[in-house]
Amino acid sequence: MLGRTGAGLALALTLALPVAADVPVTTFTLDNGLDVVVIEDHRAPVVVQMIWYRVGAADEPPGHSGIAHFLEHLMFKGTEKVAPNAFSGIVEAQGGDDNAFTSWDYTAYFQRISADRLELVMEMEADRMRNLRLTEEDVATERQVILEERSQRTDSNPSALLIEQMRAAQFQNSPYGIPVIGWRHEMEALSREDALSYYERFYAPNNATLIVAGDVTPDRVRALAERHYGPLEPSAGIAPRLRPQEPPQLAERRIVLADERVSEPYVFRTYLAPERDPGDQKTAAALTVLAELLGGNGQTSVLARALQFDRKVAVYSSAFYDGTTIDDATFGLAVVPVPGVSLEAVEAELDRVLAEFLEQGPDPAALERIRTQVRAGEIYARDSVENLAHRYGQGLSVGLTVADIDGWDEALGEVTEADVMAAARLVLDRRNAVTGWLTRPEAKQEATP
Amino acid sequence: MIRALFAAFLALALPAQAEIPIREVTSPGGITAWLVEDHNIPFAALEIQFKGGTSLDAPDKRGAVNLMAATLEEGAGEMDSRAFAEARDALAAKIRFNANSDSVSVSVKFLTENRDQVVDLLREALVYPRFDQDAVDRVREQVLSNLRSNAKDPGTIAAETFDAMAFGDHPYGTTGDGTIETVTTLTRDDVAAAHKAALARDRVHVAASGDITAEELGLLLDRLLGDLPATGAPLPGAAPWLLSGGVTVVDFPTPQATVFFGQKGIPRDDPDFFPAFVLNEVLGGGRFTARLMTEVREKRGLTYGIGTYIVNMDHADMILGQFAASNDKVAEAIRVVKEQWGRVVSEGVTDEELAATKTYLTGSYPLRFDGNGPIARILVGMQMDGMPIDYVTTRNARVEAVTMEDIRRVAARLFRPDDLHFVVVGQPTGL
Repeated sequence: MLGRTGAGLALALTLALPVAADVPVTTFTLDNGLDVVVIEDHRAPVVVQMIWYRVGAADEPPGHSGIAHFLEHLMFKGTEKVAPNAFSGIVEAQGGDDNAFTSWDYTAYFQRISADRLELVMEMEADRMRNLRLTEEDVATERQVILEERSQRTDSNPSALLIEQMRAAQFQNSPYGIPVIGWRHEMEALSREDALSYYERFYAPNNATLIVAGDVTPDRVRALAERHYGPLEPSAGIAPRLRPQEPPQLAERRIVLADERVSEPYVFRTYLAPERDPGDQKTAAALTVLAELLGGNGQTSVLARALQFDRKVAVYSSAFYDGTTIDDATFGLAVVPVPGVSLEAVEAELDRVLAEFLEQGPDPAALERIRTQVRAGEIYARDSVENLAHRYGQGLSVGLTVADIDGWDEALGEVTEADVMAAARLVLDRRNAVTGWLTRPEAKQEATP
Repeated sequence: MIRALFAAFLALALPAQAEIPIREVTSPGGITAWLVEDHNIPFAALEIQFKGGTSLDAPDKRGAVNLMAATLEEGAGEMDSRAFAEARDALAAKIRFNANSDSVSVSVKFLTENRDQVVDLLREALVYPRFDQDAVDRVREQVLSNLRSNAKDPGTIAAETFDAMAFGDHPYGTTGDGTIETVTTLTRDDVAAAHKAALARDRVHVAASGDITAEELGLLLDRLLGDLPATGAPLPGAAPWLLSGGVTVVDFPTPQATVFFGQKGIPRDDPDFFPAFVLNEVLGGGRFTARLMTEVREKRGLTYGIGTYIVNMDHADMILGQFAASNDKVAEAIRVVKEQWGRVVSEGVTDEELAATKTYLTGSYPLRFDGNGPIARILVGMQMDGMPIDYVTTRNARVEAVTMEDIRRVAARLFRPDDLHFVVVGQPTGL
């Protein structure tokens, strides 16, 4: 996920927290198709407005990679009512913060502000949904900014380069193989017309979800939303998001990236894995629990126990999975060997541990602890209304329903040992994986002690 | 600029007041804490910080406090590393230990239903950590791995180069993570000594927020911290400032240079602190409308982001900034930064900038208190900085009180473009 500023997370390394059953959530849809979700939290006089467009980098026209994210930057340039580059300034002068982020499946904009200023930010967000103004000069300067962003996030970071290469290898037909930031040679050619045609087609009330969370009532949000978003015309260009699908992967793929800036070589592996589907998130829940069992905890997880404690071949290990996507997701593993242990040797150990796990299954006590944490997670999650807003926005933007999102905690809690093993057998197969080695150019592989 | 439609809102620009009822709680045993009670959600956040942190390390034991803090979760009392982690997870408690230059911190979240068990578990880690040799060795390898990574990370190289030049032999001159040499030779006894030195009652500050009463918190404080030693190691003295204006280039093979820059700052208790804080926000705040963001990013596209910060550590005050720019553009970006630094001195700021910055700072302040976790962190930070308990209610008035005359005075006194030192990690051209 790329944001307009600040650090983006390349990997989702934590267990997705479930939604609490007793959080007051109200949903409705305006006549022009805008979906609205209201999450009430009256502890502080603060509100978060988020608008999530159901369009992202995987919906870009071929050859124009990066346009979804570039448009996200350009959305701050102005409209007939808001002077060039004044958008953030207006929000800030009211004591608010605003920003935006882009992923493969969605593009979202948000403001945090005192609850009595909700109408201002709603009016502004509705305004730029259909009335963006762009000059050639805005586009030329901002293109330099996104090229610097690519330099900073990706080209200066060997790990980011490896992950980019691995995605390109994993997704050979799905557009998930194209980086959100874009390939540099295509970013350099992105034009004002590219941005506007994408904007005009996809930025419309019938292709968006509005989330308002915090010290508000559903009645007030409905009245304000009808006033400001209600008059906007829907787009005729919104079609089901039927993207090229990934064919079954039949052969293992391997990537070696050698870079002199690397200090700690490591092994990174991603398996093609199913995502959460509307009405069917059982496998995704099992994969989420599997990631937690294998690599969610530095002291007790299967990989940490075997590789860091028992065999002492690794300094660090982890497993991760985020199935909140429209198309196929990935299940990932990472292992950093201790000095003196080669990538080849540590990868062999990793495969040995996985094979053992597939035979023996999980420790029932570990599974029970995860269930406890899932239940507690419902309580802790209520402390951040912004995170709750994010969860609904993300889920609804990838086609899940409110019932799916509300039912996720239950799905996690119901995962059995048999579910975990079925999911593990489905996914943990090297013919289904890309394995990446990050190394130094001069790396001489030493024998395992 | 802004059309009539939005202008109506500008008249409403009165900041929401932070209505955070903070009270001081003193335990039967005499330990104090700040508390915000909120029984909406059945959990509480607890923040504990010990002054001193990694700056307590002796030069040849650099990294001992950091290694100690990282090993606190690796076994205590009767429990080895695994047993401790299993007990914590079975209670669904969240416990995080961290060390930085000025403090060792403990961040905890626990459910109301098993609070006492979590407190007992945490007490074992704080008072009776095992520091088993195999745990120390395993965590040491992780620290060494981080050190090797940092040695090739342009951002870390830039910050560490800057610190070494600014602070010399003071602990601030080196990273508290230690060096490959010192960390490799640290013993279990060194780690145990760091524990005694750093975790003592004479330097602890505590804050809690959430589903806990004052009486319950008082009992918790004594149970949790009462058996820690009364006193710890002496704190270090003031740090020198050895840096003068200029540019230092560290050669590093990367297409984009990382820049870390700064000059001497202003103490928190200086009467000019708030004017300096407001002026820095106009010049280099993280907002898109701040001058540096406008001039370096929005107008020229030289960087993805740039910000400057008034930094107050326990023994040094600085104004610091950072950005990254392509090797062929970094010289121009540095020129623009220096120019803008000089402009606030020669031209000051506009009435509009001052007004907009004040409404931003005052309006966004209440937004920080958005949950038990953030509230507890802010409250313990205020105590560590020596602020009064009513600071939350007076802070916005101090921002409001800053006048154009204050801005002019502090600009002339504090902001010195010729004193700015830039550390550039990369292969810049034209520098």
